[in-house]
Order: sequence, then structure tokens, then C-alpha cells
Amino acid sequence: MKVLVRITDNNTIIDCTGDVDLYSSPQLREKLLESMRGANSRVLVNMSGVSYIDSSGIATLVEGLQLSQKTRTRFGLFGLRSNARSVLELARLNKVFAIFDNEQEALEKISSTEPFSGLA
Amino acid sequence: MANDAAEPMIRVADLVTHYDERRILNHVSLEIMPGETMVILGGSGTGKSTLLRHMTRLEIPTSGHVYIKGQDVCHMPEEQFNQIRRKIGMLFQSAALFNSMTVQENVALPLRELTQLEEPTIRIMTRIKLDLVGLSGVERFMPAQLSGGMKKRAGLARALAMDPEILLFDEPSAGLDPITAAGIDSLILKLKMAFRMTIVVVTHELASAFVIADRITVMHEGEIIVVGTPEEVRNSRHPRVQQFLNRVPEGNERDVKAYLRSLTESGF
Repeated sequence: MKVLVRITDNNTIIDCTGDVDLYSSPQLREKLLESMRGANSRVLVNMSGVSYIDSSGIATLVEGLQLSQKTRTRFGLFGLRSNARSVLELARLNKVFAIFDNEQEALEKISSTEPFSGLA
Repeated sequence: MANDAAEPMIRVADLVTHYDERRILNHVSLEIMPGETMVILGGSGTGKSTLLRHMTRLEIPTSGHVYIKGQDVCHMPEEQFNQIRRKIGMLFQSAALFNSMTVQENVALPLRELTQLEEPTIRIMTRIKLDLVGLSGVERFMPAQLSGGMKKRAGLARALAMDPEILLFDEPSAGLDPITAAGIDSLILKLKMAFRMTIVVVTHELASAFVIADRITVMHEGEIIVVGTPEEVRNSRHPRVQQFLNRVPEGNERDVKAYLRSLTESGF
């Protein structure tokens, strides 16, 4: 798995490619949590290159969501392949994330979404 | 679904095993493809659970081989097998929970022992798995506080903890009421669709087998008598398969001389 971080204007985009599993998800976690604590108020994860994601990857995204509430960061995902969508649906988490089809749509719409506030 | 071009995820080759003098598996060979759900069907004592236990090296055969992703697990050092074992989740008939730990601790145990994941990640993963099996809200219960069906589901959550590539079920519906059993079936179907899992289910429940299987293996007296799609198995003319599918009991006719011999022979 590869994780690259791009910073554009007020956005941090995390390009993630390959398999996000028990052994690689700590890498994504590190970049994601670091980005949430960074200066940008919008963080997006590009998942178009993610061929497989397991529950450790999903748990990592949930941790990101949890932190985004604390840091008042707008957080979204885009480019999910069918496997990632199925795993999110199975975990009943497809409705809690802001999910966009592609980068363009994500960049256009993320600024109009409210930061996540679903956790007590 | 199975991919015919791929290497089998599990290949059993000419497996023979004994319990003492009794032969339990008699030259069994079987291939299970990646992503396939294989149901091993048969009456009690036909060797189906024994076959399953060989797939995770809980039994060592008298002869023959079990290959997981091309590697012979019967004849490799323990440390090497430990790497493969991480890819395999097994739900035992008894659920096999640790009674001294809460449900949550039981599910988190393999993640804590075998991975470098941080505790918050483990906590969320554990809760995802418990929610998946319908056990949200009982995380802090001890196994003794759970019903049979709940224990089975907690066992399944633990088998799923490491996101295994292979999931083995030994009689998942044993001891469960029909509604709970149907719930386990639908869970197996969900797992099959969402994850890249190869699933092997040992059962004698016909209804369940035909719902979840991509292919069915029918065993009788330690041998495989038919392997095929549910439709092929349903249409099989093999008398034992038909007897099993039609739930015909064993006949009462017996060899009178052999019976008398068995009553009178010495060595009690």
C-alpha cells in the first residue's frame, strides 16, 4: 500500500493505493490523523486506487472521522471501488461518511458540507 | 464465486487419517477456489469435521497433504504455519470463548496478540465485528451471561477479528433455533459478498447448505461421494446422496451372523 499526501489551497488530499489491511492500515492512520491535526480545514481520502480494504482500514477511517469532529475539519472520501463500498455498507457506515464519486465533485462539495458532528 | 483460472485457496490431496485403528478419512481429495463457499455435507461420523480440522492443522493426517495457497500445511514448521494461521478464522461448534474475558476482550484478543494495531483501532474493529454479528451492546458481558446463539455469534465475531481470507465453520447452526440459524446463514452470505473470503462450512443442515453454497461436497464413511453445484448435487443419482437429501433412515436389515459375533466375541 502507498499513501501520498497532496496539499492544495485549503485541502489535504490523501492518495491511498493498494490493499489497506491489518499490516498497512497503521500507515494510513498516521497520515490521516496527522492531516486532521494540520492547518487545512478540509481532508479528503482518495480511494480510487484502493483495491481492498478490511475492517482495520474502515476502523482507521472512523478514527479520522472522530478526530475531524474535534478539530472541526471537513472530512470526505472519494473514488470508492465496489469492495470498499460493500465493506462500508456491511459495517453500516456508508451513511456516516461524506462520500463523493470523484476528486472534482469532492472538491466542489466538501466546502459546503458541515464538519461531522455525529458523536457525543 | 470461484475463479476457475486461479490456484485453489485450499487443496486437499489424497488425505488419509485414523483415530487409533479406525480410518476416518479415506483418500480424500478436494479443491476449494478463492472466494468460493464450499459446504461439506454428510451425516454424523462421516469425517466432515475431521476434514475441516485438517485445514487448520488441528489434526495431522496419516498420509496425504493439505495445501493452503499452495503451501503444504501438514508438513511445515510450526512457526511457518503460524503465519498462515492468521489468514484462517474458525468458528468451532462450541464457540470456544475464554470464560474469564468479556465478549469484547475475546474478540480483541487475536488483534492484540498478533498485530501492531493501536488500541483505538482495535476497539473500533472489535465493535464493528460485534455489530456485524448482531451483538452490539453486550461487549462487556462475560460468556456465561450469553445464550447459546449469542455465544456462537461472539465466536464468529472472534473468528472474523483478523479479517481472515479463509473462514471455516464447524456446524454453525448446531444447537440454534431455526431463526437464529437462518440469521447465521444470511451473515455468511453477507461476508461472502463483501469480503474476499473463502468459506468452508461443515453441516448436516440441508436447507442451509443449499442457501449458502457455491458448491457442495457430500461425504459418506470418510470418503467424498459427490462434489458439485447445489443443482448438480440435487440431481445426483448416487444412492447415498439421494438417501441423505430425502432423509431416508438407515435400514434395519443386518447380517445376523455378524451381529451374533459382535455380541459374543471376547475382549470386552
